[in-house]
This record gives sequence, structure tokens and C-alpha cells, in this order.
Amino acid sequence: MNNAIIPVTELRQVTKTYGRGTAAMQALRGVDIVIQPGEFVAVMGPSGSGKSTCMNILGCLDTPTTGNYLFQGVEVGNLTRDQRAILRRQYLGFVFQGYNLLNRTTALENVELPLIYRGDTIEVRHQLAREALAAVGLAGWEDHTPGELSGGQQQRVAIARAIVTKPAVLLADEPTGNLDTSRSQEIMAILTQLNKEQGITIIMVTHEPDMASYARRTIHFRDGLVVPEHEIKHEGGA
Amino acid sequence: MFWNALLLAMREIRRNVLRSALTILGIVIGVAAVIVMVTLGGGVTLQVTQQIASLGSNLLMITPGKRMGPGQNVGAAPFSVDDAIALARDIPQLVAVAPMASRSMTVVYGNANWSTQITGSTNDFFKARNWTAKSGRLFSNSELRAGAAECVIGQTVRQKLFGNQDPIGTHIRMQQIDCEVIGLLESKGQSTMGTDQDDLVVIPLRALQRRIAGNQDVNIIQVSVRDGVSTSRVQQEIERLMRERRHLSGNEENDFSVMDMKEITKMLTGTTQVLTALLGAVAAVSLLVGGIGIMNIMLVSVTERTREIGIRLAIGALEREVLLQFLVEAAVLSSFGGLVGIVLALAASVGLASVLNVPFVFNASIVAIAFVFSAAVGLVFGYFPAKKAARLDPIEALRHE
Repeated sequence: MNNAIIPVTELRQVTKTYGRGTAAMQALRGVDIVIQPGEFVAVMGPSGSGKSTCMNILGCLDTPTTGNYLFQGVEVGNLTRDQRAILRRQYLGFVFQGYNLLNRTTALENVELPLIYRGDTIEVRHQLAREALAAVGLAGWEDHTPGELSGGQQQRVAIARAIVTKPAVLLADEPTGNLDTSRSQEIMAILTQLNKEQGITIIMVTHEPDMASYARRTIHFRDGLVVPEHEIKHEGGA
Repeated sequence: MFWNALLLAMREIRRNVLRSALTILGIVIGVAAVIVMVTLGGGVTLQVTQQIASLGSNLLMITPGKRMGPGQNVGAAPFSVDDAIALARDIPQLVAVAPMASRSMTVVYGNANWSTQITGSTNDFFKARNWTAKSGRLFSNSELRAGAAECVIGQTVRQKLFGNQDPIGTHIRMQQIDCEVIGLLESKGQSTMGTDQDDLVVIPLRALQRRIAGNQDVNIIQVSVRDGVSTSRVQQEIERLMRERRHLSGNEENDFSVMDMKEITKMLTGTTQVLTALLGAVAAVSLLVGGIGIMNIMLVSVTERTREIGIRLAIGALEREVLLQFLVEAAVLSSFGGLVGIVLALAASVGLASVLNVPFVFNASIVAIAFVFSAAVGLVFGYFPAKKAARLDPIEALRHE
């Protein structure tokens, strides 16, 4: 076996339990996922299947109850809250279904927010934020606030904010959930382009098979477990 | 990290101008109230000291009767002119000895009449109070001896009776006597007790005794002590002399009192200072309430901005960065409120001082204290909401609607 390439994320027998005793609810029941750098992975599954919990763990917002999560070879479970925050600001970008931009704040200010926490100077911040906005096709919209932008444009600002730090992994939680088909396709085109041209690893949760088809690999969740690939093919055939 | 927090806090304030303005209103009012109270109190204190200084700094007042606590005298025999003569003769440290008797009376000139205080005394009355004639002259010795029907009037009386007319040489009537105005005094303004010092008519003591009072009584003797001489020692000498003259035996208490104006000054300034402190304390409570207002709004704002805090945490803000941002926000808001309060208070103080006829005394230290205190209020009351914001779980916060 050649381990020259370290997986960007690796889950080993991860479980997650919420609550205690009789009220305990097991959201993940031993999940193994390995994602290599540069992959574009779609995550599917019915609600309650554990995919959101898994995304939270992959995004270092949460830690496994048991099992290991290695991010670029580093055990995340042992990190403190602040260490995970630093890991997020350096290596992870988030895109949410509801855009989650700061309202009454310009696109440029929204995009440069992660850079402020990273401690960049104002020149660097503006430079990088403009580049990121240009990369999602929003050059010239820097001074508009979310209220003045369409849903698709807001989501593109959100993507710009996620990629402005040049993260290793972009986590997208139903990024097209609130958009119509043509806007969705625009967003998917941008994500595909980012994946190809900048080599950003993308992990995307989606309900829509059309959107999942943009990804090169799909992981299905069911009842807190990853469904093995041969079963999916079997189900698809049935 | 601090500058980043400041930047983010300023953006947050700018995003919610109305809410920010309402938040600081309490602080503005609190700071303004404290400064106005203390500034006006300082003005009153200054006024009291100035007025007492204008009364004559080394003034002692001898009044008949025992002192039964502040302002209460038990009746006793009045003094006589001879007492004053004896004081002037036997105590060389006195530069002026003014025996005084007075009556309240209506004075009439033409159609105008005015109720005022008629004081009978000698020229030492003016000397003791550092008072000079603005126009005309004071009494001559022969006029004093004869008890001539002549008077020196204060500015208020002139204004009420004569308007802008020159009063010198005219005759005014007080009861049955017709009195020539020979002098007009300089203005002294309001006294410590709030009475108008210029509202008086001075006539020779003998004229008052013979023509108005119909007796030989002297009600007060005012004496002025030479500069550089201890007033308390002179006070003792006066007491010794007066006891002798009033035939008091060794174990009898004084049936008169000698008051040092300096003591009265101290007492009055002490009183105004206590009042200032009291009013300041009441105002400080409103500042505290303003602080609680900030905490209130910040707490609401944390709930309202839960999702936003979730975003910040998700994209990599540290707990302490969120904490600092909220703290800086509260501190900036409250110190800005403090600044607005200071400006408002200074404007209000200048206005009120002129309305209330009190000198405006700029007190830099209270302004500084009020500012520091307002900033501190923001920090203290901002801490709890800030802590609450920083402790949020990003997953929960992002799910918050």
C-alpha cells in the first residue's frame, strides 16, 4: 500500500450519541469515510439518517463520541474548542443552505470576515476578498448588501466567503436548497470549477440527485450508517 | 486582536444605529445628570465663599442672647453704643467697630414705594464690609453725632425707587421722616442666604434710634479684625470684655455670642458640599440604571444575533474574539454615551447656571470620572451578555431562527 497521499479527512468507526440513558439517541453508529484531496463528494440520505451530524464532525464543529476523526492526519477529537476554531479558519470553508450572510453588511465585508479573524491587514483582506468575489462572478458587486442581492448572488457571496481563505476543504450543506434550477446549476458550475481549477476538496450534502450528479462520488447515509456502494447499485437496479 | 474586535464592533454599531442610540440613552442621561449636579453644586459652593469674602473676611458679629444651636437665640439685653465704644478703645486689633440697629420699613419716593431694611449704623459699617460709595458720599462725623436725616442707599433700592434717575440729593420718605439721599453704594449682589445685600437703606445710628426706634438699643455689633491677627484670639478678648461689661460672674454662661464669619463660611460650604455629594449620588443611581439598560439591550442583541454569532464561530472566530467583540461593543457604546452626556451636561450646566444665577465652574475631574465610569459600566454590564455569546455552540447557533 502506498500512503504517500494522506487523506484530507478520515473517519474511523465514528459514533455520535446525543443525550444519555434511556433518552440517548445514536445519530452515527460506526461510520468509516475516507476522502482524498481534490475529491468532490456528494452526501445523500433521508433526514435523520445522520448526514448532518457527520457534516458537523467533518467540519470540526462537533467531535465524535467514539472513534477517530483524522483531518490531514491530525486527530480532531483531542483538540480544544479554540484549536478546532483555528483549524476551521485555516483549512475549512462553509456554505450553508440559508446563505448565512451578515445582513446590512456589504458583500466585501462579508467575504473578508474570515480574514479579519485570521489577522490579515486591510490591504490583503480587500485584495483577497475582491479576488474571491471575482471567482464567483460577482466583480463589481462588492458594495451591495445581501438585501440588494438575489438568492443566487447571496449564495455566491457565501461561496466567496468560504473560499477566500483558500481552504483545503469546502463543506456545503444543501447549497442549492433555496434556489431554482437554473440558479442551482450556476452554483454547481462554480463549485465544479473551484474543485477542478483550485483543487479544493468539496463535500456537499444534497437531497437532489441532479445536484449529486455533479460530484464524482456519492456517499449515502441510512440509519446512522454509510450504505455500502454495492447495495446502492442493487437498490438502484431494483 | 483588539483592533479587529474594535473594527467588528464599530461595524455592528453602524449596522444598528437606532438600537445603538436607544441603548446609550440611559448612559447619556446618567452621565449628564451626575455632571450637572456636581457642576452646579460646585458653582453654589464657590458663590457662597465669594459672597462671604465680599462680606468682609475678618468679620466678627456680636449679638445679644445665648446661642441655642444654629440660629436660635434666647432673648437678652441689647447692647448700647457705649459697648461699641469700649470695644474700639480696649481692643486695638479691631479696625472697625460698627454698632447696628435695624427696622423693616416701606420707603417712598414720588409714586414709587419699596419695602426694605433700614439699618442704623456708623461709617464703620461700610469699613467692616469693604463697602464704598459708587456715587455721592458716606456720612460725616457731625451728621453721625447729630443723627441727621440723611441716608445712603443700596443699588436695589435705587433701582426700585428711582429707575435710571440719579438719586443723589433727592428726598425719600420712611414713615414720618423725610430723608436726603447722600450716597449710593456699590453693588454686592446676593448674599449666601439668598437675600439681596443691595436691598438696604443706611442711616446714622442715632437717627434710627431717635426718630424711628425710639430707644437707645444696639442689636448687633459688627467688628472687623486687622489682617494677620488671629480672629479666635480677638474673639476671646471680645468675650472677656463683654462679660465684664454685662456683669457676668465666673460660672454664668455668656448672654451674647460672637460669631466668626469664617466659621459660617465653613459651615455653609460644608453644607453645600454635602448636598452636592448627595445629588451626585442620586444622579449616579441613574447612571447605574443606564448600565443595566445596556446589559438588557446587549442580552436581547445576543439572542437576536445568535445565528450571526454561529456564523462567526463556524468560520473560525475564537471564543475570546467573540467575547472581546461584544465587550468592545458595549464599552464603545457606553463611552460614546458618556461623551454625548458630557457635551449635553456642559451645555445644560452653562444654561442652568445663568438661569439660577450661579457661577459656572468647570470641574475637569468629575467629567473625567463620569467618562471613565460610563466606560466601566459598559464593560461590567457588557461582560455577561458577551460571555453568553462566546459560549454559544456554533451548531445550535446556526440552527437558530
